[in-house]
Amino acid sequence: MAQAAAVAKPPAPPRRRRASATPRRLPYLLIAPAALLMLGFIAYPVISVFYYSLQDYNPTKPWRNGFAGFDNFVRIFTDDPIFWDTLVFSAKWVFVEVGLQLLFGLALALIVNQTFVGRGIGRALVFSPWAVSGVLTSAIWVLLYNSQTGITRYLADLGIGDYGTSWLSDTSTVFSAAVVADLWRGVPFFAILILADLQSVSKDLYEAAEVDGASRFKQFWHITLPHLKDAIILSTLLRAVWEFNNVDLLYTLTGGGPAGVTTTLPLYIANTSVDAHDFGYASALTTVAFVILLFCSIVYLRLSKFGGENK
Amino acid sequence: MITKEAAAPAPAPARADHEPPRPAKKRHPAWDEVPRWQIYLPLGVYLVFTLVPFYWILLFALRPSGSTSLVPWPMTFDHFEKVWTDRSFGTFFENSVYVGLATLVMTTLVALAGGYALARFDFKIKRAFMLALLCSQFVPGALLLVPLFEIFAELQMINSLGSVIIAETVFQLPLSMILISNFIKNVPYSLEEAAWVDGCGRMRAFLVVVLPLLRPGLIAVGSFAFVHSWNHFLFALMFLNNQDKQTIPVGLNTLMSADSVDLGALAAGGIIAAVPVVLVFAFIQKWLITGFSAGAVKG
Repeated sequence: MAQAAAVAKPPAPPRRRRASATPRRLPYLLIAPAALLMLGFIAYPVISVFYYSLQDYNPTKPWRNGFAGFDNFVRIFTDDPIFWDTLVFSAKWVFVEVGLQLLFGLALALIVNQTFVGRGIGRALVFSPWAVSGVLTSAIWVLLYNSQTGITRYLADLGIGDYGTSWLSDTSTVFSAAVVADLWRGVPFFAILILADLQSVSKDLYEAAEVDGASRFKQFWHITLPHLKDAIILSTLLRAVWEFNNVDLLYTLTGGGPAGVTTTLPLYIANTSVDAHDFGYASALTTVAFVILLFCSIVYLRLSKFGGENK
Repeated sequence: MITKEAAAPAPAPARADHEPPRPAKKRHPAWDEVPRWQIYLPLGVYLVFTLVPFYWILLFALRPSGSTSLVPWPMTFDHFEKVWTDRSFGTFFENSVYVGLATLVMTTLVALAGGYALARFDFKIKRAFMLALLCSQFVPGALLLVPLFEIFAELQMINSLGSVIIAETVFQLPLSMILISNFIKNVPYSLEEAAWVDGCGRMRAFLVVVLPLLRPGLIAVGSFAFVHSWNHFLFALMFLNNQDKQTIPVGLNTLMSADSVDLGALAAGGIIAAVPVVLVFAFIQKWLITGFSAGAVKG
């Protein structure tokens, strides 16, 4: 890589015709900027996380810093109930979110793929929350869930529920409340991707199925769904990783509370490093999170036989 | 269309004595014959779910504090004024625009170069590089906050927008590059070769022949980069401590985490945060689906 970056000379111009035939260094020069950025700001930090995971490292308690061996990991698995709680919550959060988002996203994509009056505006409106940030989503739902002037007040006016209900500060309702808020913004992601993939289903197949008298459900089951399979597998995986990692929404909406019941593993890690400055332990938690993610991803791709029939 | 219909009756008489003329086959197969209510009813229900939150934030932003009316009347713009000047959203806005545009430009250029290499060349480390791109998708930026903070501290970039721009770009790059290389693969290589025969260099051939065809894809990738960095919160929260340097999402979070939340100001701030994204979105809508299907999984 270093030598590729160092030799910045473009291929010699004199040989006019040959200049266009694959110069050997060109591809390396072209990927060099991306490679350098990723080495410096992804690979290096990842390695340093692994390194710190074996250290006691806390800037506020420098006298204890030093090599710790596997102490951090032992502590995670034997002496940290919060880790297990957050891991279980993460799994629940990812599973529920991705499952529901896929279900609603698929249904929506099939609907707006039809020809009907108002399709353009319908699509635009349905997809609109896609571009809304996690923080803005939180802001919107904080306004909706607000106990004084939120939606519950108007529901109570209609005789549904009680005045002063705050769904976000009750441990029994906070999960559903957060799930709904994240669904609002997450469903369009699937709808857009699936709609894009639906464009490439051959119309002939439906016509042939039509001739054979296949019902609409059968057409969906035997033509549409197999066609969408790879896109669904890939988008659910990417989304699952994203839902696991992304802390914006929960950080700002619930802050992991009340009483820590909505703390995901990454949120716990962020708190451990930002608030407690326990960088060594946070790094060990990060390493564990990496391994879990990687393991789950591989198992998922294997089980779903991604790309299996095409290749 | 017209020629097909005009041509249709012609063969019919020839076969007339063998089979009765069939009624003209319906244009649209059953897929298009879904009863209208099966479209409008679920769509309508979903639209209520989508739009009520938007209405709610508009309501809070436009009605005076303390009002419980369900329509924003009498209308007031006090909240916007307050949030723009007193809560420094003017400054945040400027910073966010700067970060968003810089990320857009950097991501697109770097991904274009890399994507071209991946689409058009076979080289030794290509497979390894592709694998690295895919793996990086599993690296959560949120979990790298501490080492990234230390790197930027070393580079003296804490409290400079540059740190956020670099971090956003780096995490946008892998997916952008994969998408762009798929877009380039869809442009036949022979087009480029034809341009070389006509005396263009590789660079000129790329600019003249390939780049114009990449427009939908580049718009999709670029707008993603912009929207994503506009929306992203954690890097700005961590790397920018100075009030003058913060971005809109951090400003929103500050409003939300105040002891007594000023709901009107929060709503107005939220709308300021949404406006550029809505504009970008309206602009790219028609390119989005094409861009996506061109760069889709199957390449």
